[in-house]
Amino acid sequence: MKVADKKRLLREMLFARRFEERCYESYVERNIGGFLHLYSGEEACAHGVLEAADFDNDYVITSYRDHIHAIKWGADPRKVMAELYAKETGVSKGRGGSMHLFDVNNRFMGGYALVGGPFPLAAGIAKAIQMKRGKEISICFLGDAANNQGTFHESLNMAKLWNLPVLYVCENNLYGIGTRIDRSTAVVDQYKRVSAYNIPSAQEDGQDVEKVYKAATKAIKHVRSGKGPYFLELMTYRYRGHSMSDSNAYRARAEERMWSKRDPIIMLRDRLIENGQLTKKEYTEMDTEILDQIENEVIAYANESPEPHVSEVGRYVLAENDPWVRGGVQ
Amino acid sequence: MSLQRMTRGSGAGCNKMAEIMFWEAVRRAHDEELANDPMVLVMGEDVGVVGGTYKATLGLYDKYGEDRVIDTPISENGFTGLGIGASFVGVRPIIEIMSVNFAWLAMDQIFNTAAKVRYMSGGQLEAPVVIRSPGGTAHQLGSQHSARMEKVFMGIAGLRVATPSNPRQAYGLLKSAVRCNDPVIIYEHELMYNMKGEVPEQEYFHPLEGSEIVRPGRDVTLFGYNISVHWCLQAADLLSSHHGIEAEVIDLYALSPLDRAGIRDSVTRTHRAVIVEEAEPMVGVGAEVMAIINEECFFELDAAPVRVSALNMPIPYNHSLEKAVLPDANDVVEAVRGMFGV
Repeated sequence: MKVADKKRLLREMLFARRFEERCYESYVERNIGGFLHLYSGEEACAHGVLEAADFDNDYVITSYRDHIHAIKWGADPRKVMAELYAKETGVSKGRGGSMHLFDVNNRFMGGYALVGGPFPLAAGIAKAIQMKRGKEISICFLGDAANNQGTFHESLNMAKLWNLPVLYVCENNLYGIGTRIDRSTAVVDQYKRVSAYNIPSAQEDGQDVEKVYKAATKAIKHVRSGKGPYFLELMTYRYRGHSMSDSNAYRARAEERMWSKRDPIIMLRDRLIENGQLTKKEYTEMDTEILDQIENEVIAYANESPEPHVSEVGRYVLAENDPWVRGGVQ
Repeated sequence: MSLQRMTRGSGAGCNKMAEIMFWEAVRRAHDEELANDPMVLVMGEDVGVVGGTYKATLGLYDKYGEDRVIDTPISENGFTGLGIGASFVGVRPIIEIMSVNFAWLAMDQIFNTAAKVRYMSGGQLEAPVVIRSPGGTAHQLGSQHSARMEKVFMGIAGLRVATPSNPRQAYGLLKSAVRCNDPVIIYEHELMYNMKGEVPEQEYFHPLEGSEIVRPGRDVTLFGYNISVHWCLQAADLLSSHHGIEAEVIDLYALSPLDRAGIRDSVTRTHRAVIVEEAEPMVGVGAEVMAIINEECFFELDAAPVRVSALNMPIPYNHSLEKAVLPDANDVVEAVRGMFGV
């Protein structure tokens, strides 16, 4: 990876961190409602994988912890924040909220709130690609706990059976809501579980964005070459609770301290500084710029945007003026 | 605007008709839609090599290949979700769920994804899937293969629900459902696949909304859908010949959205209503039609509406017990006699 790309990734990940932490504040200020699942600590997963993907062609789908995947896949951060603020200018017009970000023009196919729900949807997108004989691939990000749903097994089986071009990325943050993985899951190494479906897999350090990028490059090459699905497990950690309504009392402080020493942003920053590719001053300036951008552009846009008109509450339930409802009569 | 129409003539236009069986009509719709659009596919358990449990896809595997007529594993939630995902990006899947009882397993993807994705994406994504499923109570299939799930689907905003009562509707509803951009549930009754009926020889698209007047009458309206339309017609003949009561029979082939105007117009003509459903009464079609009558034309009523339904219990295996749970034409006659005091 080129130095310029590493520095850009550092900036993107720092932006992601500041964005999520600002969401936390906005939630406390009651500008964001409902459920809010933050990605802080896991930034290297989305950034490393999607850096290796084809930004102009590949499809991305994920769970409810979706802000950063949406932004990395082209969604305007102002419109993401506007969605969280329930505004008409939000990516989903204020109808979706934090868990349901969509940016279909950029092939960001959505955030879904049922654990494990996107597994078959991603396989379906891959089936469509296969029918069209496309070179693009379908990329699905989900947490480790989703792997205990039936959809995991059903989708992996079909994905391999039909050799669908889908990459499953498991962001293993060790907890399914408040239950630690070894208390919920018989086989804790998730990459081993997919061997039952004869799907190639790997486990990688999800805190090191360069390692993630390298592992994802290999995985994506496999999928794009027509050899069928691949499963990439990334070992990571979320700093916040599962959602804002989570007291986060179930994790040992020593465990949290241990993971904070493996912060994906700090690790990349320090490596760049050690190699003489970045100065502390540059980093501080970058951070200040990002904080200003979030406040002056992102939050301002969300604050100033209008809410949806209540008169439009009934739109988007069914297709508008679909002639086939009348048997094809216009 | 009411989309209500007379069955004889208008619904099918003036085309030449051919008499075929219900399953042949469903098969023909599949065949034509697969031929019309290379992005249409059919998927489900045994739809390929076997040709479908009720022959709805017979021969289509050989004609269109395994990539478009897809035998799936027995993974209802998985393959339904896969079809929904494919529909996001241009594929138009017809998903067969072998028995509607199994649709419970796919309810997560139907309810949480297909029905909601248009709304929660602010109109960016849609799920133009057709989910076809045989259901209802056939003979002695027991509690877990006798579900009547129309009420479940009807209760989900974002879905369309249609249920054919004859081969013409079975053909035309599926044709329109494939092309419609909403997710459409087509619920077919298992006892009707060998029923014969006239289907236009020319291509025909049946509306997904509205209702049909299958027998005009002045004294009472009998509302039915799929198999209960036939019980209503039998009852109407008995009422006419034995009691001089002329019943109007309305076919509610569209269960969601229901034809409010059509229901209102008929009750306004007859001033009496009986709703006949094969399902349990709780939270069902009868309850919903009664609510519509209350809301639309309460002051037209000369008598309290009545519903004829199954008993609220699982379906027994024993033939006599099964018969005791389900309504039939005689129950409809008795309900109308009670209403008229004859």
